[in-house]
Amino acid sequence: MADTVAAPADAEDREREPAGFAFEDRPRPLEGIRAYGLIMAMWVRSTMAYRASFAMTLFGNLAVTAFDFVTILLMFTHVDALGGYSLPEIALLYGLSATAFGVCDLLLGSMDRVGSRVRDGTFDTLLVRPVPVLAQVAADRFALRRLGRITQGLLVLGYALVTLDIAWTPLKMLLLPMTVISGAAIFGAVFIAGAAFQFVAQDASEVQNSFTYGGTTLLQYPPTVFAKDLVRGVTFVVPLAFASWLPALYVLGRQYPVDLPQWVAFLPPLVAAGCCGLAGLAWRAGLRSYRSTGS
Amino acid sequence: MRLYAVVAAGGFRRYATYRTATAAGVFTNTVFGFIMAYTYTALWDVRPQLGGYDTSQALTYVWLGQALLMTSALMGGGFESELVERIRTGDVAVDLYRPADLQLWWLAADLGRAAFHLLGRGVVPMFLGALAFDLAFPGSLWTWPAFLLSVFLGVVVSFAIRYLVAMSAFWLLDGAGAMQMAMLAGLFFSGMLLPLNLFPGLLGEVARALPWSSLLQVPADVFLGKHTGWGLARAYVFQAGWAVVLLGAGRLLQTAATRRVVVQGG
Repeated sequence: MADTVAAPADAEDREREPAGFAFEDRPRPLEGIRAYGLIMAMWVRSTMAYRASFAMTLFGNLAVTAFDFVTILLMFTHVDALGGYSLPEIALLYGLSATAFGVCDLLLGSMDRVGSRVRDGTFDTLLVRPVPVLAQVAADRFALRRLGRITQGLLVLGYALVTLDIAWTPLKMLLLPMTVISGAAIFGAVFIAGAAFQFVAQDASEVQNSFTYGGTTLLQYPPTVFAKDLVRGVTFVVPLAFASWLPALYVLGRQYPVDLPQWVAFLPPLVAAGCCGLAGLAWRAGLRSYRSTGS
Repeated sequence: MRLYAVVAAGGFRRYATYRTATAAGVFTNTVFGFIMAYTYTALWDVRPQLGGYDTSQALTYVWLGQALLMTSALMGGGFESELVERIRTGDVAVDLYRPADLQLWWLAADLGRAAFHLLGRGVVPMFLGALAFDLAFPGSLWTWPAFLLSVFLGVVVSFAIRYLVAMSAFWLLDGAGAMQMAMLAGLFFSGMLLPLNLFPGLLGEVARALPWSSLLQVPADVFLGKHTGWGLARAYVFQAGWAVVLLGAGRLLQTAATRRVVVQGG
């Protein structure tokens, strides 16, 4: 499978190479986004060559993430509330976190391959191309099937919004899309920082998974379920709480278990910007420390 | 027999090489163990004795799940993607000429892999879990060997399922779909998401009767002392029965596939 996909990819790159030099007059971020778009389009085309396979993996992606929510549904066949939260309330937390994570997973989900690329020496190839390395790594093996996760998150979010009895204000309505976008950016920062860590520890991609997949699993349950120290950790150290809990609890009119003022519910964009800045610095430091295996 | 022992040792050593990856995996298992342990605590706070487990037994179940996730390959992984690749490229024809049985060869390698993962990715998370939570360890020393036998049978059942999945590549050529279905079934029906005792009504009965319950639910119940005396014997018969049926099916498919390979001339 890998071979058949890689061959047209290389051919594609050779064709695009001359166009690559035209990037030089553009500002770097734009150049990166353009390169990301080109690589992404290439992977989408190669995926669509096997439509049946794509449909199956899309379904599989949706089903495997849906199991998280099925578990919660099974739990609710035995109880009416978990950690003091009803099913629709938990569905709101779940929907926000799963959608945000899904968006990030679609855009950056292959970042955990940095370690294996460093190990097998193919990372060097990325360095010699006249395209920002981060864009290449992020778009590497772009997998459209990950739309399954976003779909599943949106379905649960829809269920929550239909069943919940909330006194909607314009502010609360604005808060939801802002949370999803900021949440995706916060998760993205974790993905990038994790990838930067892999320059140091080459086959430790699972550590990254425990923060990304583990983080989204954690956010799918109400904060009252977890020990206070753990809640403090994901609020102040790795600020995942801003990706769903804090704004969602404001919408639900609930108290956060750790003492914080109400207005922190509106901080996610700032927190996301800060996280992305730090992740960018970590990525640069990681890239600078890179030593080729020489193979 | 000696050959397969060497293959098993090779399987063990092969996974033992990746020390950083193992440490990273232990970290992940521990993180997920913590998250699940807290959600189970919240559930059992509301419904003590749910599914016949008290809270510390439920927490033990969580950590057993983390310990057996890689050991019994609940979500797949291990040899099958490699075998599928060999089938796709035709390399399997070379394997079939070797003076060793294809199924036994891979079984031996997979047992070696499982033994490493039990030690490498099972013991440490369990220990860390025991430090943070009040776990229910067996009261009797005999429970430990009884548990290990059940884990062994579970690994064989898991292998037999994954071997069937790999054999399907002879007909499908691309094993990705079959592997993904097997992964979904393993995750859901092994009891990894939630103990199968908590599945409602008919779904629960079906889930407990399917082979995947041998992978986690049965060994966990042996560990927690739910199966003793004749009940323990029944549990073993259930696991061994599925192992025999599925290994037999794998053998049939292998024979059919081999004939096909010969007809096509490799």
